[in-house]
Amino acid sequence: MLSRSNALRLHVESALAGRVSSPFRFQEPQPITASAGIAAVDQLAGGLPRGCLTEIFGELSSGMTSLLQSALAARTANAEVCALVDAQDSFDPGCAQSAGVCLHQLLWVRCRNLDQALRSVDLLLHGGGFSLVALDLSGAPARLVRQVPLSFWFRLRRTVENTSTILLVLSRESSAKTCASLVLRMEREAARWSLQDCQYPSGDFHTPGSLLDGWTTTAEIIRSTARHENVFVIGSAKAFDNSAAETVRFDLRSNHFLPDDSAGSDRLLPSQQDHSENERTPNFG
Amino acid sequence: MSSAVSFGAIYVPNFILQAIGRSEPELRTQPLAIIDGPPPTYQVVALNRLAQILGVTRGMTKAAVGQFAQVAIRPRCRVREEAAHSALLDVAWSITPLVENAAPDTLLIDISGLASLLGDEEAIARQIASRASTFGMNVHVAISANVETARIVARALPGPTIVPEGEERRFLETLPVSMLSPSQELSEVFERWGVSTCKALASLPVLSLSECVGQEGVRLHAIANGKGMRPLLLAEPAQHFEEWFELDEAIDDLESLSFLLGRLLDQLSARLSARALSIAAVQVNFELQPAFDNAFDTVRDLLRVKPSPRTFSCGLELPIPTRDAKLLLKLLRLRLQSRPPGAPIQKIQMTAQSSLSRVTQGSLFIPTAPDPDKLELTIARIASVVGDGNIGSAKLLDSHRPDAFHMDKFPIVAVDRSASGNNTKRSAKTTAQNSSEKNLQKELVPQIALHVFRPSIPARVRLDGNKPAFASFQGCSGKVVHASGPWCTSGHWWEEKPWQEDTWDLEIQFSPESSTTHGFYRFSYDGLLDKWFVRGVYD
Repeated sequence: MLSRSNALRLHVESALAGRVSSPFRFQEPQPITASAGIAAVDQLAGGLPRGCLTEIFGELSSGMTSLLQSALAARTANAEVCALVDAQDSFDPGCAQSAGVCLHQLLWVRCRNLDQALRSVDLLLHGGGFSLVALDLSGAPARLVRQVPLSFWFRLRRTVENTSTILLVLSRESSAKTCASLVLRMEREAARWSLQDCQYPSGDFHTPGSLLDGWTTTAEIIRSTARHENVFVIGSAKAFDNSAAETVRFDLRSNHFLPDDSAGSDRLLPSQQDHSENERTPNFG
Repeated sequence: MSSAVSFGAIYVPNFILQAIGRSEPELRTQPLAIIDGPPPTYQVVALNRLAQILGVTRGMTKAAVGQFAQVAIRPRCRVREEAAHSALLDVAWSITPLVENAAPDTLLIDISGLASLLGDEEAIARQIASRASTFGMNVHVAISANVETARIVARALPGPTIVPEGEERRFLETLPVSMLSPSQELSEVFERWGVSTCKALASLPVLSLSECVGQEGVRLHAIANGKGMRPLLLAEPAQHFEEWFELDEAIDDLESLSFLLGRLLDQLSARLSARALSIAAVQVNFELQPAFDNAFDTVRDLLRVKPSPRTFSCGLELPIPTRDAKLLLKLLRLRLQSRPPGAPIQKIQMTAQSSLSRVTQGSLFIPTAPDPDKLELTIARIASVVGDGNIGSAKLLDSHRPDAFHMDKFPIVAVDRSASGNNTKRSAKTTAQNSSEKNLQKELVPQIALHVFRPSIPARVRLDGNKPAFASFQGCSGKVVHASGPWCTSGHWWEEKPWQEDTWDLEIQFSPESSTTHGFYRFSYDGLLDKWFVRGVYD
């Protein structure tokens, strides 16, 4: 009987050879991912996995919030509804809108402390229906974030499982540990200041001697359950093969600057909006 | 019935009692007497059969009824009667729009042409009785080709009664002439003549009756003969729905209040459901118990004037009309938890603003979005945690002032895919999702975000010439490596509260003993306060 089943198994495996690698081995279904809004991060991690917890951590000025902003811009531009639980009320809607976030598709929860943030994210996830729920703990004291029990992160992971919600957690240190399907560490490298080498003309008060042009950020994968698998990104015809790279660098640009094609004589102007309010910007530039 | 025109009459027997029983269903199974009258001399004006069996009679004083320990006594409540009458109208309007509001306990309806929709007359009568019972009312229904016959038969006979055309007189002949509601003067005349039944009145000669008692007598004669035809005086369907509840003893705990609110919401929901409408907004007004110290002022004992009752209002505006009473109750509970009335509640008035029900189905080809009803509840729950003004969507103000935005209510309606993505200037009509994601990545350049400090952190900045050279805040201090600025803005200088800021982007290398080593910050110098602040950090 046993030899018969073995023979049958060999027969099936040989028949499917080349199409299915191991038909009798249990395989965890790969999560569907969505773009993080930054091509380099998508190349590295295959995007943000849906139905999973993704954690991004790093020091201040490492580019965490910029990555969150890009992810929100990508999701809202795709007509998806997102939510941001802001533990320290630190989200800047002005910056976000200029980065492409549709604010009317973003539910913003402004919390005053960590407890409010954790309760809010729990309620949001149980309500369901959001494409991306972000919990920004980057401004919260690391000491308090460390005290969040691991069972809470397990509960969040369990809540988003089998849903199409991306749960994104931002913090100064890694907190979710094994509950996160994808953990990215962000680190800032060299900053770029425009006109860096120019000297200030003495006595010229309003000379913009140097403007923060941007910086290069490194994203490193600390943990990824789908790291060595081919990950299928929604909307992408090909699968990403990420077995080689562990880190990726990408540039972040200041929103003082217009895109390359329009950069020119107006580079120093922060925005060119019509303001009906009669305000003055004296001696600018 | 062969006639093309049919009328129905809906009559609520013992209306005063049923109006009370509708809001307190538990009273239906126990002896109940309703009292009314000027304050010291309350008398029984309505009672149920169980109370009659025990010996209570109409006209008995309150003190006399008080001898019967088992009998529940309730004061007559006109607001509840109004609500019951409105509910009765909704029952009628759920059948046909042609309704005459004949009396608080009687409605007349035109049911011509409803056969294809609801069935024959008997089926329509059963349907009316069934719908009224869901509203907590037991009604008599009569259908006839003659509107007055239907009205009188409904008042006289229980149960659905169908009066075939041509047999109206047979149904009416045994009824007392008082059922025709003659005037007092005419009643006395009929009594003197010995005319006690409709049959006796119908057999009188019309001309002689006209000579003796005038046109009123002729009209009653025609009705007694089953020939009292007249058009209906149609009532205008109301768009405003109201329910009341008055308490004997004020309540002060949320659980008891929730029970009553749930009952009122169920009643409103049923009424709107009968009219195929939904609730767009709910307004609850509470009449609060006057405070004890105000009611009994010991200092000014001579002027012991009863203070006017205080009121408290609580409202809900729903983005999507709904009839889900449980959802509305949860939302009201959350609203009351976050903002309690502050005194025990004596009277509840609940008003619902009606709207057409949502009939469209979400498209299959747009991304999933939160269920509007569920999201409304989630937002209300979170609002009770973080505060009402701290949840919603941000809307930028037309101003150069830093952090100029205000919070809007989150638009819960489904997002139109073609309308979104304005920033990327692309149309979703013809673009498939595959290519749209690729295009998006090309068009969106990752930009540096600002992590804002709210409120701004006071800082100390040392200038080297006109340029910041050294900064310290929150126990951290460091040398400014690069500085960009100042970006000078000001506004509202023509008003009382002007603002003026010089903004700098600073790269700071902190000293080794500081908690952080390096960072890019946005500093601002408030020219009016002559102070420096840290607005945020670039992250």
